[in-house]
Amino acid sequence: MPYLSLTEDEKTAMLGAVGVRSFDELIKDIPVSLRDPKIVLPPSLSELEVQDLISKLGRKNTSTKDALSFLGAGSYEHFIPAAALEIVGRQEFLTAYTPYQPEASQGTLQAIYEYQSLMTELTGLDVSNASHYDGATSLAEAALVALKHTDRPKLLVARSLHPHYRETIRTYLAGTPYKIEELGFDGKGNFNREEFDAKLDATVAGVIFQTPNFFGLLENLDGVSEKIHTNGSLLILTADPLSLGLFKSPGEWGADIAAGEGQPLGLSMEFGGPYLGYFVTSQALMRRIPGRLAGLTQDADGKRAFCLTLQAREQHIRRERASSNICSNQALCALAACAYMTLLGKKGIREIAEINWDRANYLRSQISKLKNFEVDSETIIFNEFRVKSKKPFAKIDEKLMSLGIFPGVVLEPFYPELKDQFLVCATETKSKEDLDRFVEALAQC
Amino acid sequence: MLISQDDRLSFEKSKPGRRAISFPKERLSGADPLKNLPQGLLRQTSIGFPEMSESDIVRHFINLSRKNFSVDTHFYPLGSCTMKYNPKVNEWAARQEKFTALHPLQIEATVQGMLQILWELEEGLKEISGMDRFTMQPAAGAHGELTGMMLVRAYHASRGGPTRTKVLVPDSSHGTNPASAALLGYHVVEIKSNSHGCVDLEDLKQHLDEHVACLMLTNPNTLGLFEKNILEITKLVHQRGGLLYYDGANLNPLLGIARPGDMGFDIIHINLHKTFSTPHGGGGPGSGPVGVKKHLIPFLPGPLVERTKKGYAWAPPSPQSIGRVKLFHGNVGVMIRAFAYLKTLGKEGLRKVSEAAILNANYMKEMLKDTFTVATKGPCMHEFVLSLKSCAAQGVHAGDVGKRLLDFGFHAPTVHFPMVVPEALMIEPTETEARETLDLFIEAMKKIAHEITTDPETVRNAPHTLPVRRPNDVLAARKPILSYRDQVREKVLLAEASA
Repeated sequence: MPYLSLTEDEKTAMLGAVGVRSFDELIKDIPVSLRDPKIVLPPSLSELEVQDLISKLGRKNTSTKDALSFLGAGSYEHFIPAAALEIVGRQEFLTAYTPYQPEASQGTLQAIYEYQSLMTELTGLDVSNASHYDGATSLAEAALVALKHTDRPKLLVARSLHPHYRETIRTYLAGTPYKIEELGFDGKGNFNREEFDAKLDATVAGVIFQTPNFFGLLENLDGVSEKIHTNGSLLILTADPLSLGLFKSPGEWGADIAAGEGQPLGLSMEFGGPYLGYFVTSQALMRRIPGRLAGLTQDADGKRAFCLTLQAREQHIRRERASSNICSNQALCALAACAYMTLLGKKGIREIAEINWDRANYLRSQISKLKNFEVDSETIIFNEFRVKSKKPFAKIDEKLMSLGIFPGVVLEPFYPELKDQFLVCATETKSKEDLDRFVEALAQC
Repeated sequence: MLISQDDRLSFEKSKPGRRAISFPKERLSGADPLKNLPQGLLRQTSIGFPEMSESDIVRHFINLSRKNFSVDTHFYPLGSCTMKYNPKVNEWAARQEKFTALHPLQIEATVQGMLQILWELEEGLKEISGMDRFTMQPAAGAHGELTGMMLVRAYHASRGGPTRTKVLVPDSSHGTNPASAALLGYHVVEIKSNSHGCVDLEDLKQHLDEHVACLMLTNPNTLGLFEKNILEITKLVHQRGGLLYYDGANLNPLLGIARPGDMGFDIIHINLHKTFSTPHGGGGPGSGPVGVKKHLIPFLPGPLVERTKKGYAWAPPSPQSIGRVKLFHGNVGVMIRAFAYLKTLGKEGLRKVSEAAILNANYMKEMLKDTFTVATKGPCMHEFVLSLKSCAAQGVHAGDVGKRLLDFGFHAPTVHFPMVVPEALMIEPTETEARETLDLFIEAMKKIAHEITTDPETVRNAPHTLPVRRPNDVLAARKPILSYRDQVREKVLLAEASA
């Protein structure tokens, strides 16, 4: 067993120093009936064997690098600059704990502060936390903030919000007096305005929209925040952060909270995690923010310094009266996003958003020419869109998989009424050659 | 100024026109989004990201990293945090493209290796903990606790009977325990510790009634003691129809030695980022799989991985499931690291880890007991608590000693926790530290003890060797500056005020 340092002689000497004859004397408080349980595990492997095993298991996977993938739906294939990977791999960041000792953690604290700063720039809102687990849980916390802040019992949630997010919010609110009501979508997939007008009543704490929504469509939220605020409710938006290089920010839409998934900001898909929940809100809601915040201050010698702040909200101080129970967050993922956004820079964030828009729009217009598939070319998209197949999707999927293509995410399991429809995503990672190959393969179906 | 000490923010180093990343020039759609999209949907405000070259950005972050203490550079004896060495083969494994480039919604046939890892990791956790099934979704310990409390509620609701509104926690518990229970609307009741630092059985009995939904317990507790009455405690709670939740933050000393499942716990979370050696990343990501006994399996979030004749597959959740607690399948990258560690440990490694963790802690406690007051009597498990109450006469607090240790090159222990011990210093060396390292720490503590009597000022004003000294957290909270935007706004306000 590696990673251990004590030699047998040292162990004996240390037991002697402690004043016991055997190790068992140290664990005498453990009832004998509990000791030495029978555990069935394979024997220890050497590092060489572990590497072999991992490689062997890896070969049983077909990754999105082996295939040509158009999967999106909440996890996106993006280019990650090598410099971002090097920065995140830096062991002084990787193997540090939560920065409770600010003098020994100025690196992590400044990086979190810069992350918070970048997120406020991107979303156009005032205050960002240091990260949450992922988009779904961050949004669930945003829902709780709205319910507590307004002291009202109901949430309106667009049905075009990611199904996993909706389910997570439902799980968080189950068994509480709070209610969730869903807002349907129209034939194109945008939220239903009449339903919104009708359901926005005095019991509504907050309204949650995703834009671009689960179907990849930008929502036109003109006049929405005014109505919501007149009603005394909060507007919560979740947006693909990269889309904000091109499209209106949550701040510009008048949102009170932007909460969602930061994975597109330089995190690999990694079969679903670890990702990055972002949570950015207004000054007014600052003291209700869940999780950690890094703040700027001065040290005892008047020098600029960073520390965790407003900790009176948090569980380690407030216990059962804390604003949230979160402790460990996704700090390293926030660092990755921080490095990525810094590498993008002011021009890069705009450019990458435009390239995503360009690739998805090109692909959609090419698919619109195929006779066995339908797309709605009038809708406004960012980097994904819905395709309706005239043949059963299972057949299409099988055929394309045999050609080494992952055609997209089938929608029927999430929305039973959307038969033979699938969600196709094209990011900056796709070249013209890739997109044309996909279209040619679809043409053969 | 030395470039390596240029600690301005990236925003302050920005120069208009500088770029790091370049992108392909080719545009395929032949359309300009700015002309083709409705203006009402387009962003109107600029994005104030910094403009820097790649080399300056890399230097910026690498120099920041050098201002951190970390396990790879320092001894980090932070109690209840298990800052053990993070093996590099784990990192190597998690960075393989065959895992990082997997989309979470790929069909099962294309992710058999991945699913096998999740399955085998779960099997290992089941064996080690004595539980019957795990959900891997929870992202961290506190998220596991929240999931656990949801399971408690769903279980009691399914059985009818009296309304169970109370969750009991010892007064020495981690803050996340009461916070997690309260988030679901439970009334949190604190159980007193007895004079030995363990659960006071009489106090427990007094609070036990048919309204108790659950007792949350860390064992060994935050004083580093194994609850020797554990079998009686779990029996008492079960007799009144309550459930038992095991906070796995302190599982490290029990590998191969004793199992929460055998003690009578119904639900447990395991911090893979503690016991299973995955790095803390400056605060996360962690992973907090939640394990349950048979009677609670139907309530687990889904889907769960099953092994079938055709290979590994996702089994849909049961109708009684509490539902998903997270997007997709949890922090998989962390699980791959834990899997590599589990394989390295093997059956024979389990006990070696825990024995060394316990021995290291007892050795340090013994070497320090004549210098400082140990909060408990007898042997400890993987950690122990010192009380620095007697230093108060010199105006020195536990936090000051923590700060002074930084000057000696050691990360501070956990300070002022658990709250039941005045002026607490909670020390957890872990199994991966060498005796020489422990001896250096012990020596530093003795020097500090001497300083407290001869030169308390030095301790009170520590640290003296780090880039900053005692950031003013009162100021930070009174006038929060939480972003570069706030800073700019603050400057404008100051300029206006002085004008």
